[in-house]
Amino acid sequence: MNRYSTWKYILIAVAVLAGLLYALPNFYGSTPAVQVSTRATSAIKVDEVARAKVQAALAAAKIETTGITLDAHGIRARFKDEDTQLKAKGTIEAALITEKDPEDSPYTVALNLLSNSPDWLSSIHALPMYLGLDLRGGVHFLYQVDMKQALTKRLDSLAGDLRSQMRSKNIRHTGIDRTPAGIVIKFSSEPVRSQARGLILDSFPELAVVEGNEGTELKLTASLKPESERKVQENAITQNIATFNKRLNSSGVAEAVIQQQGLDRIVVELPGVQDPGAIKNLLGRTASLELRMVCESPDELSAAAAGNVPFGCEKFPAKTGGFEMVRKRVELTGDRLTDAQPGFDSQTQEPAVHLALDAAGANTFKYLTAENINKRMAILLIERNKGEVVTAPVIRGEIGGGRVQISGRMSSAEANEVAILLRSGALAAPMEIVEERTIGPSQGKDNIDKGFHSTWVGFSLIALFMMFYYMLFGVISVASLGVNLLFLVALLSMLQATLTLPGIAAIALTLGMAIDANVLINERIREELRGGATPQAAITAGYERAFGTILDSNVTTLIAGLALLIFGSGAIRGFAVVHCLGILTSIFSSVVVSRGLVNLIYGSRRKLTKLSIGQVWKADADQAVAAPQGTAAVSAAKAASAVANKKPVGN
Amino acid sequence: MEFFRIRRDIPFMKHALVFNVISIITFILAVVFLVTRGLNYSIEYTGGVVIEAQYAQSASLTGVRDALVKAGIGEPQVQNFGSSRNLIIRLADKDANIPAFTALDPASKKLTFNADKFAAVAIAAGGPDGKITRTEVVGPQVGKELASDGALALLLVVIGIMGYLALRFEWKFSVAAIIANMHDVVIILGFFAFFQWEFSLSVLAAVLAVLGYSVNESVVVFDRVRETFRKRRAMSVPEVINHAITGTISRTIITHGCTQLMVTSMLIFGGPTLHYFALALTIGILFGIYSSVLVASPIVMWLGISRGDLIKPEKKKDVNGGAVV
Repeated sequence: MNRYSTWKYILIAVAVLAGLLYALPNFYGSTPAVQVSTRATSAIKVDEVARAKVQAALAAAKIETTGITLDAHGIRARFKDEDTQLKAKGTIEAALITEKDPEDSPYTVALNLLSNSPDWLSSIHALPMYLGLDLRGGVHFLYQVDMKQALTKRLDSLAGDLRSQMRSKNIRHTGIDRTPAGIVIKFSSEPVRSQARGLILDSFPELAVVEGNEGTELKLTASLKPESERKVQENAITQNIATFNKRLNSSGVAEAVIQQQGLDRIVVELPGVQDPGAIKNLLGRTASLELRMVCESPDELSAAAAGNVPFGCEKFPAKTGGFEMVRKRVELTGDRLTDAQPGFDSQTQEPAVHLALDAAGANTFKYLTAENINKRMAILLIERNKGEVVTAPVIRGEIGGGRVQISGRMSSAEANEVAILLRSGALAAPMEIVEERTIGPSQGKDNIDKGFHSTWVGFSLIALFMMFYYMLFGVISVASLGVNLLFLVALLSMLQATLTLPGIAAIALTLGMAIDANVLINERIREELRGGATPQAAITAGYERAFGTILDSNVTTLIAGLALLIFGSGAIRGFAVVHCLGILTSIFSSVVVSRGLVNLIYGSRRKLTKLSIGQVWKADADQAVAAPQGTAAVSAAKAASAVANKKPVGN
Repeated sequence: MEFFRIRRDIPFMKHALVFNVISIITFILAVVFLVTRGLNYSIEYTGGVVIEAQYAQSASLTGVRDALVKAGIGEPQVQNFGSSRNLIIRLADKDANIPAFTALDPASKKLTFNADKFAAVAIAAGGPDGKITRTEVVGPQVGKELASDGALALLLVVIGIMGYLALRFEWKFSVAAIIANMHDVVIILGFFAFFQWEFSLSVLAAVLAVLGYSVNESVVVFDRVRETFRKRRAMSVPEVINHAITGTISRTIITHGCTQLMVTSMLIFGGPTLHYFALALTIGILFGIYSSVLVASPIVMWLGISRGDLIKPEKKKDVNGGAVV
């Protein structure tokens, strides 16, 4: 009866093998490295020459490397520890980046942590656990997006639009005010008010209107609808994330994590980075948009063809590659742009970007387009005094009303990108850092050592005690606890959940708690034996009776874990993820795996007379039988006589 | 080998009143300390700055302290952290934002705490070769949310566990288990208030984990109570409970002993970061055994648990045929 069917053994074996496989990369460890790559925009590729330069620079600075490799990702130089890595980064930067502004250099130099595991493991996505910042050092920021400002900005621009549209439709109001409640428009007569109301309902789907009177004055109060408010907020946060991504990518920070947290926060985590000030400047800087005309008179074109920059023009790199000659005169700035959305041309169905300008911008734009039909205008993104031509479309006709469409020769993905770029040139809404953490690399290593050291010591102590107290059943318990640890590590590696120091503490605690299940089972088996059951029956009853209790107690622990997971952030979350996963793996390993082992050892023995579960002490047999220390001698005959002679204790 | 050689059921319930009086006294003391001393919240809750610095040699605590006082901070908190070469400095939010330590943040156009400026003023005063190994800056609004999230998490745990126990056992069990274990939580907090140990996020995690864990204890005993009710029809309620506790006591001690082995190892080897986490667990485990066995069970008894509560009674026919007055 204590036999598992073959498929159960196979299941356990497969689970353990998979666990081993996915836990394996963690044993290889990882090496701190410096990675040199080129910017996506740059034509230069990282080559042997650059590699030689890196090698020479490191040799000159007497920095020891454990290997420099060159592959499709760039150059990777490995070092023995984080301190050397930091020093090497400075040296390599000095050797490769000669430009005054590092962002002009085609190269980016970044810190990286390379796994030492062989390629075949990486190819099946068996990766080492993802270490949190407190274990590997780095910078963590929590940005709070000022949503109130984002909403105000949006409502301001809608108020401007509304004003100009009412003017062009000749709807006479006696005043438009921006109040905290929304846009308040006053009228002198009812027909005009209903006309205005119609306009808002037709052309401003984002606004909700309420009528009201103040003395003799008729009023309309327009405010953002709740769903448009939500949209504005969502846009603000996705735009800011897009901007952060772009800026971090171009600065060459490897493995940056940028995530939304809650409704209005952005988490930025940069492993390996040690200078929060530089990152703050990078992320927080503002960019602006400019609209200028392209230099394309015949003289200018011939000058450009000869390789000169014509008078009154400037040369800017174009996003699509190559360069554009653009006039120095700025026609319009991004302050006038209120929105940019990707979409489709209503006639040709080509992907397009729809721009919305505020009233003053619309006016300027109308004159500009009227005067420059069939000429090209350029939209530039200026960041840190450096410009880039995002797009340079041809003006087909006069455009009034502040609604502009850029189309032609773009895919919808490109349209989307341009729209985001135009919107997020400047950050969509101001942001504030509400949490900032910097952890030095040596401290991270220290935390790992302490965490693992305490786990191992605790584990060994428990193992020693269990084996001493429960003999073979103790060994089985320890084996299943080991399997539990293996599963937990494998699961964390597979899910690539972030492991933090509280996470390691959770591993330790989970192991300390998981042994409960085995103690319950072992105690129960002893009790059944004490009660006179045969060894085989005791095993079955022990596991069956203990299971209900194990389940109940794990569910209550899991409830606590889930509550932590739902409401926790940061340190708590790191703890809760591991804790919850650990509870799940421990149910499996302490019940299924340990039972499998027991069945394998004892299940096939028909005439089993004793179990190696430590001494089973019986109140009445205490004096009569001096059981050999450490073994339970419960023969079937004695058990039978016990049943006959006295009332069983347990049952 | 067997540690527990118990011949007869131990009459725990005879001393039920004593256990509960001890419990109530500890509980009241804990509440008194919580009210009079309050918790020493970490900056994660209050907002502010924590800086850890490492020096080549022993750092001068007074040097750093004097520099901070000179910069205008009334009572700077400067301590050694792990070794004499390491310092930890805590600044309240208002102290961190004095002009000497702030620089303009480009994103918000506001003055915010700047570690470099702080290092130049304070860290340099502690000795040569001092460098910052960790900084943590938390705005006050984040702290407030954490406190309310913590309270919500606690509430969810309590409701979840009560609901589950009521479903699996009976409401009397769930009430008893929660009273017993919530009082553990208060006692842990009482310890933290009395000794003014730092109450950080990881301590909160430990407290909630302990809550889930020590409810286990009650569950194991209750399970046995139910089983005994089924099997031993002749036993009175206190006898049943005594029998259940006696039957599980060896498991209780061994399990908690094992968990405590792990926690002690964390306490000794885990370093200062895990110190209070492990400490909260230790207190929680010790009081957890006591309360979930010796406090929860008497409460169940006093709430009037009976065999019928746990074992579905056969439907009794109403003698009066449903007539009511």
